Amino acid sequence: MNRRPLRKFKNGAFLALSLIATLTGLACLAAILWTLLSHGLAGMSWHLFTEMTPPPGGQGGLLNALYGSAVMTLLGILIGSPIGVLAGTYLAEYGKSSRLSTVIRFINDVLLSAPSIIIGLFIYEIVVVHMGHFSAIAGALALAVLAIPVTLRTTEDMLNLVPVGMKDSSAALGAYPWRTTLSVLYPAARSGIVTGLLLAVARISGETAPLLFTSLNNQFWSTNLNAPIANLPVVIFQFALSPYKDWQNLAWAGALIITVSILILSISARVLLALLQSDRGGGR
Amino acid sequence: MAIIDPRHAAKQLIYERIFRACTLSAAILVLLILGGVAVSLLRGAWPAVAHFGFSFVTREVWNPVTDEYGALAPIFGTVVTSLIAMLIAVPTGFGIALFLTELCPPLLKRPIGVAVELLAAVPSIIFGIWGLFVLAPVLQRHVQPWLIDHFSEIPALGDLFKGPPYGIGILTAGVVLAIMVLPFIAATLRDVFDTVPPMLKESGYGLGATTWEVIWHVVVPHSRVGIVGGVMLGLGRALGETMAVTFVIGNAHRISASLLAPGTTISSAIANEFTEAVGDLYTSSLIALGLLLFLITFTVIAVAQAMLRRLERRGMSAA
Repeated sequence: MNRRPLRKFKNGAFLALSLIATLTGLACLAAILWTLLSHGLAGMSWHLFTEMTPPPGGQGGLLNALYGSAVMTLLGILIGSPIGVLAGTYLAEYGKSSRLSTVIRFINDVLLSAPSIIIGLFIYEIVVVHMGHFSAIAGALALAVLAIPVTLRTTEDMLNLVPVGMKDSSAALGAYPWRTTLSVLYPAARSGIVTGLLLAVARISGETAPLLFTSLNNQFWSTNLNAPIANLPVVIFQFALSPYKDWQNLAWAGALIITVSILILSISARVLLALLQSDRGGGR
Repeated sequence: MAIIDPRHAAKQLIYERIFRACTLSAAILVLLILGGVAVSLLRGAWPAVAHFGFSFVTREVWNPVTDEYGALAPIFGTVVTSLIAMLIAVPTGFGIALFLTELCPPLLKRPIGVAVELLAAVPSIIFGIWGLFVLAPVLQRHVQPWLIDHFSEIPALGDLFKGPPYGIGILTAGVVLAIMVLPFIAATLRDVFDTVPPMLKESGYGLGATTWEVIWHVVVPHSRVGIVGGVMLGLGRALGETMAVTFVIGNAHRISASLLAPGTTISSAIANEFTEAVGDLYTSSLIALGLLLFLITFTVIAVAQAMLRRLERRGMSAA
């Protein structure tokens, strides 16, 4: 009995299905980018970067939201990334295979995929409730908590890539581990660690859920870190769901700005990583 | 030959201790964050838990006017939307991963892989606004009427597709979630398939197997643990996803058999109602929802990580 035609047919059918699956995935990305471009470009103008969010029916821009997002993302990275880098250093250099490190690695991976809205509730409970009001600093703290696992993971991976010989040479010169870490390992792993920072910025700058109950939103210009502050994701959320046409247009413009900046960040992180790997001759 | 100055050496030792303590405390902080999340959610949820007891998770009622809250509708919505998402995203992600590891011409491997990863970098709010303004109208005009025409007459199965095509609702939320978790599943499965030793695959081909037979009888059995881990990682994402769902779910606290009806999920209920919640019991009930979500996703992600880790260890010992 010849089963060959059937087997060949089955093979062709499943391979065709996997091709269709890939095309579907790519089509989704294309559809989303196309929608963003076609809706967002219509709303692009200088007003976006020079004026505040308007009341319904009024003319306006997104200046306060852009400023608030930039400030909170920057603060989030400034608070979160040192913690992530130091903890990653501990895992890579001091507690390599201790039980504590195994647990921390595990918990960190869990935090990496934990729902961001939970982190928002956590900061609400420990910061907003105690301060009695929403504030920019609470939003920044929520973003910092989200940035820690990303930087921790990349820092550990990148430090592990540094050739052992370099570490040994430094130790042979009589340097303590701290000196080796600061003067040899960090410079050697610099572009890798920077990649981690870029990825963390990309991750937190689009986060909406944790900001809803930490920084809230602000219709007006505010630089006060102790008060609610406007930010792009929450403005997009509120404006997109509003019935007003000009608010919706602003939401689309904001969505385009945020997506393009995040895609640029992730692409540059990838390019940096590729350069790093080709420097090492493709070695892991 | 430099003479070692004892004072210098002592100073170095102090710096060493300080640096080590800094890195250690940063590492411990990661543990404290997770512990802090659990404790603060428990504390915030306590009034609701004490007031409603176990009935909180078994009742469908959600009424801020009479101050009565039950989590059954959000739990139902979360589970059903995630199930729909997994039904769509797992086969599709599986297909993409297979395409990337076994079929793709090497020249295209990188660009397509990067494109899939970029889809993962798009923030969830973008999926939400796209789902509301683009996907929901398409589903409402074309897909849902077709489903109603063809399925609503069939007994039992028909109940899933009853009612008017709103556009937004459980089904739409499931589809948006599927697109969101697709890149995570595809990327994880690709990495899992890459761990299969080429020798095993070559042996399959050497016996005359077709590509599909090698995939189904060699690659899949060898990476079973990793596949389950990757799928559960995607499930963890789907369960906790907030913004994309909030846009398209319709936010109705009720359980209906129809997939076309609006519903709610744990995360979208919190996102929609938290800042408007007045009264301690209302806020506390929402935090209790958050606690439930934390427990569910933590379990799912922890199991997923444990399985992926097992695969990694096995891969290392085999190499």
